[in-house]
Amino acid sequence: MLDKVKNVIIVLSGKGGVGKSTVSTQLALALRHSGHKVGLLDIDLCGPSVPFLLGLEGSNIYQCDEGWVPIYTDASKTLAVMSIGFLLKNRTDPVIWRGPKKTMMIRQFLTDVKWEELDYLIIDTPPGTSDEHITVMECMREVPCNGAIIVTTPQSVALDDVRKEITFCKKTGIKLLGIVENMSGFVCPNCTNCTNIFSSNGGVELAHLVQIPHLGTLPIDPRVGVLAGSTASVLDELPDSPTAQVLRGIVQHLVALT
Amino acid sequence: MQAPPPEHCPGVESEQAGQVSACAGCPNQSICSDPNKKREDPGKALVAAALKDVKHKLLILSGKGGVGKSTVTTLLTRYLARSYPDSNFGVLDIDICGPSQPRLMGALGENVHQSGSGWSPVGIDDNVCLMSIGFLLGSVDDAIIWRGPKKNGMIRQFLSEVDWGNLDLLLLDTPPGTSDEHLSVVSYLKDDSSPDSVHAIIVTTPQEVALLDVRKEINFCKKQQIPIVGVIENMSGFQCGHCGHSSEIFPAKTGGAAAMCAEMEVPLLGSLPLDPAIAKACDAGEDITSVKNPTTEALEGICSKIMSSFN
Repeated sequence: MLDKVKNVIIVLSGKGGVGKSTVSTQLALALRHSGHKVGLLDIDLCGPSVPFLLGLEGSNIYQCDEGWVPIYTDASKTLAVMSIGFLLKNRTDPVIWRGPKKTMMIRQFLTDVKWEELDYLIIDTPPGTSDEHITVMECMREVPCNGAIIVTTPQSVALDDVRKEITFCKKTGIKLLGIVENMSGFVCPNCTNCTNIFSSNGGVELAHLVQIPHLGTLPIDPRVGVLAGSTASVLDELPDSPTAQVLRGIVQHLVALT
Repeated sequence: MQAPPPEHCPGVESEQAGQVSACAGCPNQSICSDPNKKREDPGKALVAAALKDVKHKLLILSGKGGVGKSTVTTLLTRYLARSYPDSNFGVLDIDICGPSQPRLMGALGENVHQSGSGWSPVGIDDNVCLMSIGFLLGSVDDAIIWRGPKKNGMIRQFLSEVDWGNLDLLLLDTPPGTSDEHLSVVSYLKDDSSPDSVHAIIVTTPQEVALLDVRKEINFCKKQQIPIVGVIENMSGFQCGHCGHSSEIFPAKTGGAAAMCAEMEVPLLGSLPLDPAIAKACDAGEDITSVKNPTTEALEGICSKIMSSFN
């Protein structure tokens, strides 16, 4: 399983809609930007977002003798992507599966996909602490997993669920690399006043409480949302934005670890 | 309380029911493996008996997480309870891994009591009661690390062993996705002889990455033949409190909920603005439905459409 993959990083959050997939795709693009070969595996089977976010909807997976060939974003073959979205005939088709089928699919994604030599494999997950997470955690016992990056938004109702995910990681022995606080404050483009729509500082306080690194705070930046649908990295398009600064920090942190 | 199903239970409706290795030792193996028995979960009859005095059931669904399913559930319940003081409302939180209702309803730390007729739900108001797995956890840090069958068992218990009593409407707040929780709740609540036994409301936000998953959920409802009352668009537009300038935080580049509803042929019930005061009230568990603001004005229209869709 994943024999040619040097490092595996899981992006987790107990809560949905906090930006796991956005952080996963932009982190993959940022790691590629610094010269690494990267894979991105989307194990959100009921709500895959990665194909849309990278503008790869409609790509088809082909089978070779050694297994499924992931989708490469360009001819340089430096970013390989796998998602159930590539296996659906229609983008509106629901995947109505109970746990055992989801478990089999995730095992196949990890064992039957022909991941080439990769410096990093980023795994994007659905919200919760159930089948998908238990399966991936079980598989991670057989491969060198570096740990998990936790994404949260600052309000209490999100933090409640994220704390459960942190307990999951601690109980199952997944190393916590740190917390990213997303959607922290919105700067009005008209008057430049900042409104903390979903509160602020919650991720920082949680990182302090559970004593894991705070990897950065990302504001609500509609310019980042506009990049959805392409493989444009925030580091190229918005190099001075807070998002780019935080991503550079995370890349440095990961490279130093590995 | 019954023994939970074995960890790798293939599911009672599966063709392998009673035949895989995990079934060995399960007390229900003989029932599951009998080819002459109709493969129906025995819990379904228990649920029907327990909910016989519940007039209407409404699922709050969305394929996407974090769009405001729980917030919308809370707002709808509180607004309806205020508008119909003589009716009774129940809320069941079937998000097992990430329960939010105890916080949003201001009931953090409450306990569920066991009585002769089952678990008593937590009273929120004179005519509102709530059940959530959050009440059964010792601490907010406790994680529910369960595969599907255990989640299904819990949902069945919530439906069949909670003393819901007489309710005019039971609102069911769900997790994101189209998986175990959704299949279970639909199979328990759906009565094939009465197509109106359960309805669904879909919550979305305006941006395409959310709509993408929401379309899947609408198709889930269509496949399961659950009538959709309509779609509520949440977080649509933010008005700056300093200068009044309106911004699209989650831009509706593909036409938002309105275009999706037209495409999927489902009604749009209304839109709720992105209001930091709501987010704050939710974190604190406060009721804001008595205040007059754009959110409650929108709720008025949405609630009257919901109530007129019943009967």
